[in-house]
Amino acid sequence: MLTINNLHVAIDGKEILRGLNLNVNAGEVHAIMGPNGSGKSTLAQVLAGREGYQITAGSAYYMEQDLLAMTTEQRARDGVFLAFQYPVEIPGVSIALFLKTALNTIRKQRGLPELDAIDFLNLMRNKMQQLDMDESFLSRAVNDGFSGGEKKRNEILQMTVLEPKLLILDETDSGLDIDALKLVADSVNSMRNPNRAIILVTHYQRLLDYIVPDLVHVLLQGRIIKSGGAALARELEKHGYGWVEAESTSRQVA
Amino acid sequence: MSTATKQLDELIGREYQHGFYSPLQTDSVPRGLSEDTIRLISAKKNEPEFMLDWRLKAYQHWLTMAEPRWANLHHPPIDYQDIFYYSAPKSEKDGPHSLTDIDPELLRTYEKLGIPLKEQEVLAGVAVDAVFDSVSVATTFKEKLAELGIIFCPFSEAVHKHPDLIQQYLGTVVPYTDNFYASLNSATFSDGSFCYIPPDVRCPMELSTYFRINAKNTGQFERTLIIADENAYVSYLEGCTAPMRDENQLHAAVVELIALEGARIKYATVQNWYPGDKQGRGGIYNFVTKRGDCRGNNSHISWTQVETGSAITWKYPSVILRGDNAIGEFYSVALTNYFQQADTGTKMIHIGRNTKSTVLSKGISAGHGQNSYRGLIKVLPSAENARNYTQCDSLLLGDKCGAHTFPYIEVKNPSAKVEHEASTSRIGEDQLFYCTQRGISTEDAVSMIVSGFCKAVFQELPMEFAVEAQKLLGVSLEGSTG
Amino acid sequence: MSTQLESWRNMALEFVPHALAGHDVPRVLAARQSAFTRFAEHGFPTRREEEWKYTDVSAIGRRTSLAPDNIPPDPSFEAKLLAWSIASEGMHLMVFVNGHYDHTLSMTDHLPHDIRLTSLAYLLDDTSHFSEKFFDKKFIAHDFFDKKHEHTTFSALNNAFATDGAVLYLAPDMVLDVPIYLLFIASGRGAAIYPRNIIIAGENSRAKIIEHYIGTLDVHNFTNAMTQINIAAGAEIEHCKLLQEGPAATHIAGIHAEQATGSLFISHAFTLGGHLCRNDITTQLNGTNSHCELNGLYLMNERQHVDHHTRIDHIAPESSSQEHYRGVLDGSAHGVFNGKVVVHPRAVKTNAHQVNHNLLLSRQAEVDTKPQLEIFADDVQCTHGVTVGQLDEDSLFYLRSRGIDADLARSVLTYGFANDIIERVSVPYLRTRIEHLVLDRLPQGDQVKDLL
Repeated sequence: MLTINNLHVAIDGKEILRGLNLNVNAGEVHAIMGPNGSGKSTLAQVLAGREGYQITAGSAYYMEQDLLAMTTEQRARDGVFLAFQYPVEIPGVSIALFLKTALNTIRKQRGLPELDAIDFLNLMRNKMQQLDMDESFLSRAVNDGFSGGEKKRNEILQMTVLEPKLLILDETDSGLDIDALKLVADSVNSMRNPNRAIILVTHYQRLLDYIVPDLVHVLLQGRIIKSGGAALARELEKHGYGWVEAESTSRQVA
Repeated sequence: MSTATKQLDELIGREYQHGFYSPLQTDSVPRGLSEDTIRLISAKKNEPEFMLDWRLKAYQHWLTMAEPRWANLHHPPIDYQDIFYYSAPKSEKDGPHSLTDIDPELLRTYEKLGIPLKEQEVLAGVAVDAVFDSVSVATTFKEKLAELGIIFCPFSEAVHKHPDLIQQYLGTVVPYTDNFYASLNSATFSDGSFCYIPPDVRCPMELSTYFRINAKNTGQFERTLIIADENAYVSYLEGCTAPMRDENQLHAAVVELIALEGARIKYATVQNWYPGDKQGRGGIYNFVTKRGDCRGNNSHISWTQVETGSAITWKYPSVILRGDNAIGEFYSVALTNYFQQADTGTKMIHIGRNTKSTVLSKGISAGHGQNSYRGLIKVLPSAENARNYTQCDSLLLGDKCGAHTFPYIEVKNPSAKVEHEASTSRIGEDQLFYCTQRGISTEDAVSMIVSGFCKAVFQELPMEFAVEAQKLLGVSLEGSTG
Repeated sequence: MSTQLESWRNMALEFVPHALAGHDVPRVLAARQSAFTRFAEHGFPTRREEEWKYTDVSAIGRRTSLAPDNIPPDPSFEAKLLAWSIASEGMHLMVFVNGHYDHTLSMTDHLPHDIRLTSLAYLLDDTSHFSEKFFDKKFIAHDFFDKKHEHTTFSALNNAFATDGAVLYLAPDMVLDVPIYLLFIASGRGAAIYPRNIIIAGENSRAKIIEHYIGTLDVHNFTNAMTQINIAAGAEIEHCKLLQEGPAATHIAGIHAEQATGSLFISHAFTLGGHLCRNDITTQLNGTNSHCELNGLYLMNERQHVDHHTRIDHIAPESSSQEHYRGVLDGSAHGVFNGKVVVHPRAVKTNAHQVNHNLLLSRQAEVDTKPQLEIFADDVQCTHGVTVGQLDEDSLFYLRSRGIDADLARSVLTYGFANDIIERVSVPYLRTRIEHLVLDRLPQGDQVKDLL
């Protein structure tokens, strides 16, 4: 579904990703782990089409299309969804307006009829119930004055409503208490299916206790330096990133 | 009235205690202004033809102008024909002969400010021995600077020695037509400083000590011109951190700064001229035009000012951000006590692309003081991605003073981002009570809170200067000197 | 400088009051004439005056018609339709065409008995109407033509030339839930229109008043309107002005309130159309514990010019004010905001908060803003803030990352920006109406409308 080859990305001339390779197939859950500053968030932002990053080399293909040539909204309509680490506040725009606008443009792309107000409301009620969210949420402005947990929950709500094909969760676990974390994990798990791929970007192993990944990648200084199964995450938790780093340097020296 | 309020009132209401010495008569050109006066001034200074022509043009223009009335200032009319436009340096025998002739209160202030004895003599106008340190110190400085190709000399000297530079740059930032006071200055200026830093030279010292020593008797119409050539750097400290002995009623100075590509100029002022007495009698009228021109790309000009003196302050140090990526900054503390009035602020004119400006203004009003911030942020259509951030805060002490803000924001480019914030607060009785309950005197508490309020501006001053400025603020607030 | 007189000085305008309401009541005529003299002494303001620095009104002085017409033309069908639709909403409606009351289009039958809503011309023509229990005989001399209401030279002109308007009197404790809708239709060609409204709210009374100016024709009408509002202790007035003048129209207006102890004044000003629009909105907080809220939204395009001057005078202690103004400027539009807050020496414990946010959407658009604080008391809390900028890039990215295309995302965000002001209006009908007017101006606004 997603193939990234030798991706180099810089911000203001400073190289952040230095030759990243990643292959994600439909039905898989990948976890990308790494310490602060390793380039995790950059990767997530670049995949979603954030401007301001210079792609100096490499390629990324999503469902046989050149992902990097697509506009942000094209990517979203074709099923790329990024759950933001820091969702932006948009005063004056209600969640209902926001989501209805997004959902109907995406449905149009997929050849589905637009939802009218009643169908939309029913859909929302249903999804919000699953997330234990109050209906009054709909009339609040997007993320405006939300607590950290509410913002993350709003991201998950959007994810379940928009039904993307490729989910990228950027540190969605940070700042969540254990109950909220379980709720997020349940939602993500419920979205797992053979046609969908999920990329979890995280600093800690905690989230992976609830969403068991098929593959774990360790990102360090802009490159994936180690990949493995779910067990790798637990090793990391035990030994820290220094352990992989040392291992990789010694390999380089050798 | 609560005790704390009463204490505060007493504190800010205390009589000004600097006790300025009575004015001295000097050898002068007769009172009044005419073409003859200007010819006489020019002749006394033995000026070249171009300088006289410029003065005369300025005078002709000045005749067509009227005093500006838009400022939030009130003063009796100024009789421009009742002013001496030229005073020869005071002769030694007229001055006080030693520090024992000086008002002890003034000396006490100097002591508080930690000014060395020799400098105290200079500041107080004591006629000092001709071989006094200052001359030799000045000479040493001058030699050291000359090695680097830096020109730093009195304006009148520059007119003779560097007429090409004067002709190239004089009046290019503040033309003689600029405003009423600038025109008056252009016609009559007595002297001032000239400074040129050649390309790629970083001026190794703060140009302050030198100036302080040479600043005596520069007269009321000062003219300063500073040019930083490509990639040059200079930090210039104007004025004096002590109350300067000065009995001129009207000051109309002009300062022009020119920063060429990659150059940086830092200009700091601490002004504590005589503010007038408790009833608002006397005091200096200070009408100053200060403007910097970031002429080259990546140039950078910062103004920092601490204004605690003068009965009237009319002053808007500004930056024209002409070059791309140019940066303009204005940091200001203005304090008004007694019947002092200050109408001060800045203009940031964004012309080049990616130009940035920062304005930080702290106004403190006490007694019957009226403190106005007046600022203009102008973004022209050419100024792609211009950025401005302005913060102007007012602190009120007592209930008879006033704080005013007049920020003008004009934006003609949609990529600009301009932010302005302002707040007004007072020293609360609860704050004072809290401090006094912990054993801090009201005086110290006020001074502490005010220092905190001004901290962000003091941080922009060179270290040594900042310490003195902070002390000065304490002294001025003490109503003044307790 | 040219010594040629402005054309209005050659128009014998001093005789205009003889043809207006109240011309046979000597006191009224005299008051109008002296107001005209005061206007003529000063003339129209020039840009050299601080309050008119960014707004050039010299074109008004060159108009060929400044005198109001006596018989208004028939309003357009669209305007009538609007009147009928408002009446059908059940609101108390007074319609004015070119500044003259049109009772056939109005609907005031369902007003409670303790409320007087009358045409000003009716009162002026016969002072005997003042003997009714609600209006004092001294009313005209003291309140209507009083110089203290001449906040600008245009107010003096309005004093001289006012044709008609609404006079509302709320008896003490009278609470009116249904809004009063004053609809001002500009019709005809090149008309000069001088409405004057007077609102007197008795103690603890409460009402909502909508002042809607609409001009549909592309003609050079000139409206000079004034509304004075007197709010007694404990009373609450929500006033909403909706300005939707035609594309060539000039509209200069004043709304001036005075507030007693514990009163509340909420003003909304929505300026959505007109060639040159200026609102001077002022309030005096004369009583302790009084509160005002001034909200405004201006949305301009093409070569439109909009200027809002607000002034809040905190005179009594413990009063508070909140001010929120926002502007969206596209095309070659020019927006001006001048918000003055004055805290007088006695007004301790004042709490004043003001913000002005501006969006510049095009290269030719321009905004000049001046938030101004004048503080003469020390125990106060005052803040103001201004921003000028574009739509936030992070927000745009967020919307686009959810599949919304860039143009629609911009419209949604602009709508959100404007909505901050719209949602402060308490009348649902009006909120929806303004929302739609705003969306009509945005690319793909219809799409957003459908989604709402």
